[in-house]
Amino acid sequence: MKTKLITAAVAAMVAASPAVAELTFTSLSYRTGPYAANGIPFADGYADYFTLLNERDGGIGGETVRLLECETGYNTEKGVECYESTKGEGTLVYQPLSTGITYQLIPKVTADGIAMHTMGYGRTSAKNGSVFSNVFNYPANYWDGASVAINHLLDINGGDLKGKKVALVYHNSAYGKEPIRTLEELSKKHGYDLSLLAVDHPGQEQKSQWLQIRRERPDYVIMWGWGVMNQVAIQEAVNIRFPMENFIGVWWSGSENDVKPAGPKADGYKSVTFHNVGSDFPIFDDIQKHVVDTGKAAGAGDQIGTVLYNRGLYAAYLAHMAAEKSQEIAGKSDISQADMIKGMEALEITQALMDKHGLAGFGPDFAVSCENHGGPGLGAVQQWDANAGEWSLISGFEPSDGELIGALIKEDSEAYAAENNITPRCN
Amino acid sequence: MPEQLLFGAEVFLNGLMAGVLYALVALGFVLIYKASGIFNYAQGVMALFAALTLVGIMDGQIPFAHLINAILGTEIHHFGFHVNSFFAIILTMIVMVGLAWCVQRFVFRHLVGQEPIILFMATIGLAYFMEGLGDIMWGSDIKKLDVGLPQGGSFWIEENTQWLGFGNDRFYGFFLDQLDIVATGIAIVLVAALVLFSQYTKQGRAMRAVADDHQAALSVGISLNFIWVMVWSVAGFVALVAGIMWGAKSGVQFSLSLIALKALPVLMLGGFTSIPGAIVGGLIIGVGEKMFEFIIGPLVGGATENWFAYVLALVFLVFRPQGLFGEKIIERV
Repeated sequence: MKTKLITAAVAAMVAASPAVAELTFTSLSYRTGPYAANGIPFADGYADYFTLLNERDGGIGGETVRLLECETGYNTEKGVECYESTKGEGTLVYQPLSTGITYQLIPKVTADGIAMHTMGYGRTSAKNGSVFSNVFNYPANYWDGASVAINHLLDINGGDLKGKKVALVYHNSAYGKEPIRTLEELSKKHGYDLSLLAVDHPGQEQKSQWLQIRRERPDYVIMWGWGVMNQVAIQEAVNIRFPMENFIGVWWSGSENDVKPAGPKADGYKSVTFHNVGSDFPIFDDIQKHVVDTGKAAGAGDQIGTVLYNRGLYAAYLAHMAAEKSQEIAGKSDISQADMIKGMEALEITQALMDKHGLAGFGPDFAVSCENHGGPGLGAVQQWDANAGEWSLISGFEPSDGELIGALIKEDSEAYAAENNITPRCN
Repeated sequence: MPEQLLFGAEVFLNGLMAGVLYALVALGFVLIYKASGIFNYAQGVMALFAALTLVGIMDGQIPFAHLINAILGTEIHHFGFHVNSFFAIILTMIVMVGLAWCVQRFVFRHLVGQEPIILFMATIGLAYFMEGLGDIMWGSDIKKLDVGLPQGGSFWIEENTQWLGFGNDRFYGFFLDQLDIVATGIAIVLVAALVLFSQYTKQGRAMRAVADDHQAALSVGISLNFIWVMVWSVAGFVALVAGIMWGAKSGVQFSLSLIALKALPVLMLGGFTSIPGAIVGGLIIGVGEKMFEFIIGPLVGGATENWFAYVLALVFLVFRPQGLFGEKIIERV
């Protein structure tokens, strides 16, 4: 009888207490496999930021954050399995961290009414929010990256690239081919000669491509690589004594992992980026105090301030800001998946906001709208200092060629809408 | 000399060098297949594991540090000393011999007499096990490997071949990577040592006897267990050499295991049972794919090398299934 009474009392207490809501975010990470060295710091940054919110602020707007992590091994099929197995958990936004997975999930998230954020990767034309209602790729996409690289070359050549030779060394995959159309269009506009050099997956052997570069002596080499392709390309560039300051990679070819194996001779290598570098921001003190020192860090705490850790942290920060905006719009803290999409479409990141969160100058100012899910496409250039062992920004966050890219995005997204019988919205 | 001819000659030479690197990987496959009839899917992962162990020892890294820290709540990562590359190579070899013993003792000893496909499946499992073991032991970050090998184009060769251009300012002399030159030298020494070992030592002859006929070898008192541990150890050493050469180019990382993909067409072409076949096959694939990329690549958008290597191997398979130097398969009924 006594047991029954206690049970009944406990049941009554549980029923009477308010429901404890959680805001769920899902990270499709890869901590294993050939790309783990890149996947781990990103996943750590993403997880540590949400841990910080829970530990320091009690979550977002009073709601605890629940982070689900599912291991994809950077494998598209596994990524889709991860999505299917977690979509019933109430995830507010997915972060798939793979262009291949993104392409598979676009129709699924659209059908399921869930948001997906593909920051600096995925389908570029998803920037057109009137066609891709659930996919967001702010603050920059692949074509912005290509344009920012060319803008940098324009800057260092007094605004004139006529007669200059630019070579694109790219991973021979859908990802690697992304910038080709943009660079071709930009070559017509600015008068440079573009040559294309494809590298077979995984990119461990690139002798042919770099012998060709040695023969043709392009003025600049742009790289669109990932994983081992980056390290080998930088080493081969060193081997043929290609000037490192004339070698510029996309943001996925610009982490410490890519330059360190080549040692001091990688000094001067550049890459485009859409966020700042290093750990000289107040938020890292909070992460150290509330996450690392308390033993709650996702990893060993040795990745803080690296390029990919910062990218993961920035992705989580943008998810946090979108969730706050959603709570503001919905007028409640326990937001739904539909609320999250509204919040992402109303997201506005300003320097004042980043300053408030200990991230002053960490990324560009931008605003998202129903039509524009990608922001203005601002990017900067970072350069590797091998002696100091660190990257530093050598430019501010500058706009890409919006007119040219806008036309390409319109063309591609309209073709997608026609293929999939999508009626553009946002009118 | 017309410049295209000079460029072609440069590509040819670099193809030869690349072929040597492919052959280094293929050699490990050949050794194990020759002695035990096992197609060792794990050979690429062995190269990775060996290179990871070498860097870990050189850097004084504590194996399983993350696991230890997670369980005991400690913060240990390094012993605080660095090991000379020569001693580190010896220590790594000891680890590879230990690994060979474990593989024999815990896996293949229980599979004696099984179908080749079962043995092959076991090596797939072994590959995944070793990949995970390497990850837990040494971490999955990309490590710089520096055992003092020279890297970069040789100035001496460039300067002394520039005259071949007869003043053509587009020809800067031949480019040859010093690392590739060293790899070629090491491969020559390695192959010579392996041939001498198998021809002139008691263990080498026993290895050949086991390769010819397990039952007959057993009947004359040769220990199958010992020979197989020895062969896996030698294959481990070859994997270490391949891991050093490839790891010096790209850093030691998990993609290193994918170098096995480069060895498959070499094996198909050279034969699974011939050490000279691995070398000649490597050279043909290396030169063939580079020349194809140089001549045909620009016409079809490039990235033809893997395609060419496998198509060439397929053609060889059709006309000579045992490869250039492989033993002809005769089954009497």
